[in-house]
Amino acid sequence: MLTRFRRCLISAMMMVLSPAIYAAWELNMPQGVTEVSQSVYDLHMLILWICVGIGVIVFGVMFYSIIRHRKSRGVKAAQFHESLSLELLWTAIPTVILIAMAVPATTTLINMYDPSDADIDIKITGYQWKWQYEYMGENVSFFSNLTTSDRQIHNQDEKGSNYLLEVDNRLVIPTGKKIRFLLTSNDVIHAWWVPALAVKKDAIPGYINESWTQIESPGIYRGQCTELCGVDHGFMPIVVEVVSPQDYQVWLDAQRSAAQAQSAAAQQDWSYDQLMARGEQVYASQCSACHGANGEGLGSVFPALKDSPVATTGSVERHIDIILNGVSGTAMQAFMAQLSSVDVAAVTTYERNAWGNNTGDVITPQQIVDAKQ
Amino acid sequence: MTTVTAHHDDHVHHGPAKGLMRWVLTTNHKDIGTMYLWFSFAMLLTGGCMALIIRTELFQPGLQLIEPEFFNQMTTMHGLIMVFGAIMPAFVGLANWMVPLMVGAPDMALPRMNNWSFWILPFAFGMMLLTLFSEAGAPNFGWTFYAPLSTTYAPSSVTFFILAVHMLGLSSIMGAINIVVTILNLRAPGMTLMKMPLFVWTWLITAYLLIAVMPVLAGVVTMMLMDIHFGTSFFNAAGGGDPVLFQHIFWFFGHPEVYIMILPAFGIVSQIIPVFARKPLFGYTSMVYATTSIAFLSFIVWAHHMFTVGMPLAAELFFMYATMLIAIPTGVKVFNWVATMFRGSMTFETPMLFSIAFVFLFTIGGFSGLMLSIVPADFQYHDTYFVVAHFHYVLVPGALFGILAGVYFWLPKWTGYYYNESLGKWHFWTSFIGVNITFFPMHFVGLAGMPRRVPDYALQFADFNAIASAGAYIFGFAQLIFLVLVIKAICGGKKASSSVWEGAEGLEWSIPSPAPYHTFSEPPVVK
Amino acid sequence: MTTSSYYVPDSSRWPILASIGLILLAAGGGGMLNHMSAGGHGMTLPHFAFYAGALCMSYVLFRWFSNVISESMAGMYSLQMDRSFRWSMCWFIFSEVMFFAAFFGALFYVRQFAVPWLGGEGDKGVAHLLWPDFVPTWPLFNNPAGTDLPGPNQIIDPWHLPLLNTVLLISSSVTITFAHHALRAMQRGRTIFWLAFTIILGATFVYYQILEYVEAYGELGLTLDSGIYGSTFFMLTGFHGVHVTLGAFILFIMWLRICRGHFTPDQHFGFEAAAWYWHFVDMVWIGLFIFVYIL
Ligand code: HEA
Ligand code: HEA
Ligand code: HEC
Ligand code: CUA
Ligand SMILES: [Cu+2]
Repeated sequence: MLTRFRRCLISAMMMVLSPAIYAAWELNMPQGVTEVSQSVYDLHMLILWICVGIGVIVFGVMFYSIIRHRKSRGVKAAQFHESLSLELLWTAIPTVILIAMAVPATTTLINMYDPSDADIDIKITGYQWKWQYEYMGENVSFFSNLTTSDRQIHNQDEKGSNYLLEVDNRLVIPTGKKIRFLLTSNDVIHAWWVPALAVKKDAIPGYINESWTQIESPGIYRGQCTELCGVDHGFMPIVVEVVSPQDYQVWLDAQRSAAQAQSAAAQQDWSYDQLMARGEQVYASQCSACHGANGEGLGSVFPALKDSPVATTGSVERHIDIILNGVSGTAMQAFMAQLSSVDVAAVTTYERNAWGNNTGDVITPQQIVDAKQ
Repeated sequence: MTTVTAHHDDHVHHGPAKGLMRWVLTTNHKDIGTMYLWFSFAMLLTGGCMALIIRTELFQPGLQLIEPEFFNQMTTMHGLIMVFGAIMPAFVGLANWMVPLMVGAPDMALPRMNNWSFWILPFAFGMMLLTLFSEAGAPNFGWTFYAPLSTTYAPSSVTFFILAVHMLGLSSIMGAINIVVTILNLRAPGMTLMKMPLFVWTWLITAYLLIAVMPVLAGVVTMMLMDIHFGTSFFNAAGGGDPVLFQHIFWFFGHPEVYIMILPAFGIVSQIIPVFARKPLFGYTSMVYATTSIAFLSFIVWAHHMFTVGMPLAAELFFMYATMLIAIPTGVKVFNWVATMFRGSMTFETPMLFSIAFVFLFTIGGFSGLMLSIVPADFQYHDTYFVVAHFHYVLVPGALFGILAGVYFWLPKWTGYYYNESLGKWHFWTSFIGVNITFFPMHFVGLAGMPRRVPDYALQFADFNAIASAGAYIFGFAQLIFLVLVIKAICGGKKASSSVWEGAEGLEWSIPSPAPYHTFSEPPVVK
Repeated sequence: MTTSSYYVPDSSRWPILASIGLILLAAGGGGMLNHMSAGGHGMTLPHFAFYAGALCMSYVLFRWFSNVISESMAGMYSLQMDRSFRWSMCWFIFSEVMFFAAFFGALFYVRQFAVPWLGGEGDKGVAHLLWPDFVPTWPLFNNPAGTDLPGPNQIIDPWHLPLLNTVLLISSSVTITFAHHALRAMQRGRTIFWLAFTIILGATFVYYQILEYVEAYGELGLTLDSGIYGSTFFMLTGFHGVHVTLGAFILFIMWLRICRGHFTPDQHFGFEAAAWYWHFVDMVWIGLFIFVYIL
């Protein structure tokens, strides 16, 4: 408790001193960078001003009465209490106003609901708590994780300017192309939202939602998961990087060759120390969210791996199997698609030797390649 | 004394029994109303403390006070406790006290069942709150508990949560049946439906909504229970079900539920404004029709909470149009209140202050509701703090201010003493300022892109969050003033006359203050 | 004592005891379920709480209703009171209608939307990408997950047991009306006969329903965990079955009361309420027969 308070105090001081906190005030919806986001913004401003207008009139009359018609000014109350024509009038006028709002809303929506004729299809899958992007037909697929450090989150380091909005692998897309997103989820419901694109769609396990965007200006646009999806719901950001079509091709090629390099790495020999070092990294980025930084687990749902039979006395095969295929019906997902064979070998080795598990087992990437078959 | 007593031992009760058992065993609508009100106040403080934990954590970016897992439990329990523990029981308490007095009935129609409806609540909430101390932790999936986060991925306390919801549902349904039957069957001779006070009218319609939708909630939590423990596939695509099915059924309950939390407040405000404007309520008949239309529409708008789940276009459009329509009858009500104030002779005692603030701030909440109903714009607003701002505007200065206005209005009738007016004014102004400081900035952070239900946020949201947190403390402090005021009013003060307020009319003001333990044993006649 | 004014009972200990019974049932039941799903066996504290709650609840309900019955027999209930009971029963049945509406709604939703979408039909047919081998049918024999979540091999044939059950329940609605007429004509013997007949029809219905479940589980592979068909099937028929059982039990109480000489030709609301409930349960069955079994 005491340390917590001290942490609080230190962070409070750091916050006041840090200039980042004085970043520009954002008061309104961003206009965004697409045609759609611009029309949503216009719609938003239209309805906002209509409401403000009605508010001024209604509250105007109300405050006028409050100020003028008070007993302390000696006013005697009138006794009227009915007027059919007034009732009809203030039913009819709002109806007309509502119709005036509904028309642009309908046209905008119809446009947003038309994902046809897309140039590029990208499948986006939500995981607890990261996103997977799959470029359909391109043979490119990767995961995107939060990179903000735990130390920043716990106020031990100063917060960077993209605090909580930075990832390891960005979603890269080209300018000027219509891009269709196919959204789904691997576990619970997530929602993929980038305000600058005015795209927000739920990612629902077992179903696919479609959405689309087309961006003309290169840049980096950030967003977040917007459907409560468990402990780290606040920590699964989205970063979209928009580049020219040429740069996009270059990037795609680089992705493919990186994938080849990975499978080549599985053929090499890895020493215990190398595996442990790599395993520590993989563990910290992929597993510690649930199993704790020191393998101590979290609550009763997420088991400890320190001293766990699976990671100590149990068979290596079963340990690998759990990591590759997950435990169905629980938050323990299949990591087969997310981690390379080297990474799985490394993290398994790490779990069997870290935190005093000291089994001495060394798992080679080749074992994982075999287990995948 | 013609009220007959139950047992064959021949003592006839003139007053309450002595001691604690009076409260436990009572069948008296006033006792039960009092218990409901105290219970709901206790829940307001409990849920409010959770809100303060949330706001403290959100005071600054970074994790300071609590970890995300506990944060989610706080958000969930805060929502559940405020909705089911604070607002709903408070309205039922007011109905218990005032409906029999207003319609000239000797008591509620089914007094023993009335006691049961109340006593289920403390047990159900006790069980729900105890899960906080269980190993698995309390429910952490939001007060809307979307599957599969609340089924496959839920902590084991979800089972107790489901059973607690069943108990709350049972209590609400029995309470609502009691109120409907009292209103339909126990009115004094001469009190036709169109002569009923508006509070009675709004409660009649609210009770109808409750009976219609609480069983649907029971149905959906039962499906959850089956998915969790008996392997069914309602919300699981692998077996042919659909997680979105959960949301449809939940919101079929949930949207009428939000009107359950506002209609009685409409009724209270409609009682109060004419009294302090010294002018009859403008457009009584249109008020009744407007309330009925709101209730009807509330059944066909549920999916406006689900615009981003990817419903087919036609469904999105239908639910958008239907939702927008609700602005019309609600507008009629607002215009009627303003017309009642217009050219009145107003004074501004605390109940009136809270009522005026209600009209003002609820309408702002209504406007943001209307904005949310515009589908393309909702894609940007949904699940951000803009929504949080919307619903706190309709719930806190809406429902809660309505309740507070009612308590001030009727407190002299209950205790026999006037409350301390200057304390009341203090309470009002601190609440009014606090509530706006807390919730207005949430519109801004929401529009700027801050998602809801997050324990930590990006740096550009920091300033407004700090302001909101400070406001929450001011608002919380204000409620302590209220507590002191109520206790003082129970203990004594200036004696209240039977009509209490200049310009108050109706059966409830014809009986002495404090209201005797038994009233209208012989039905009064309404001309 | 006058009977013309409204009867307000004195304080009562049944409500608080009922609340205690209920919380024991809920807390105990919850603990039992969690214990079961965690793979536990044997009696645990929650089991004891649950049984204690059940005991407490039965005792309270028994005493509470006896209380009400003796008040009624003592003529303490005015006509106005009788109207209160009638209204309450109507609204209670309405709440039950809404409870079933939630389950019927789920059934219509999965048939109209979810299953076709998963199979590639309709507005959200892209979902088929995730389940390429899935063919949507109703009844659903093969689930989207395929062999990981096997569906039923076969479903209940509506034209055997269910048809018989339909006949049974509809006749029971008729026989209870005979009983009602007899009661109004003050023919106690005939009332007792027709009511007994009704109860037997109800009990036979429940018996066949159990046979059907045994067959579904044993031979057809139609179970709660055989996908959405089994889920909706058992949810709807199961809750209906529970209601029939409860209704038959209430009728049985009424039968006992009639045997003991309760009720008069114009004061027999207890009986009428039971009859209303029975008709309601019957109506639900017709919905089930059409939408669950036939279509
Ligand atoms: C007391 C409770 C209450 C009330 C009364 C309302 C009233 C309304 N609500 Fe609100 N709402 C909630 C409680 C309430 N809501 C809650 C709790 C949630 C969030 C749930 C969750 O996700 O946790 C929510 C969420 C919510 C959403 C979903 C947002 C999202 O998640 O994306 C929407 C969308 O349409 C909505 C719309 C409306 C509308 C149109 C009204 C209308 O009834 C408002 C009508 C009133 C007015 C419009 C003002 C007065 C009218 C006039 C002065 C007349 C003239 C005006 C015009 C013509 C503009 N609400
Ligand atoms: C029904 C009514 C209701 C009421 C009255 C309130 C009242 C308040 N709510 Fe409410 N809130 C909801 C219903 C309500 N809320 C719902 C339904 C949700 C959604 C949940 C979900 O997402 O699942 C929500 C969510 C919600 C959030 C978003 C959480 C998130 O998304 O993670 C926040 C954040 O600020 C918040 C804040 C507050 C505050 C500060 C108050 C204040 O008004 C509370 C004031 C009261 C007190 C503070 C208590 C009284 C005082 C004391 C006990 C004395 C001690 C005080 C001092 C010493 C100062 N609420
Ligand atoms: C989203 C949360 C989550 C993440 C991320 C996660 N796990 Fe798990 N893990 C779980 C849960 C929940 C279980 C328990 C499953 C069960 O109930 O059997 C589990 C179980 C395990 C087990 C079996 C432990 C035992 O005692 O039964 C191992 C080994 C394991 N995980 C390894 C890993 C590795 C390695 C990673 C990272 C590459 C990882 N987990 C990432 C949630 C997670
Ligand atoms: Cu993923 Cu929230
Ligand atoms: Cu709604």
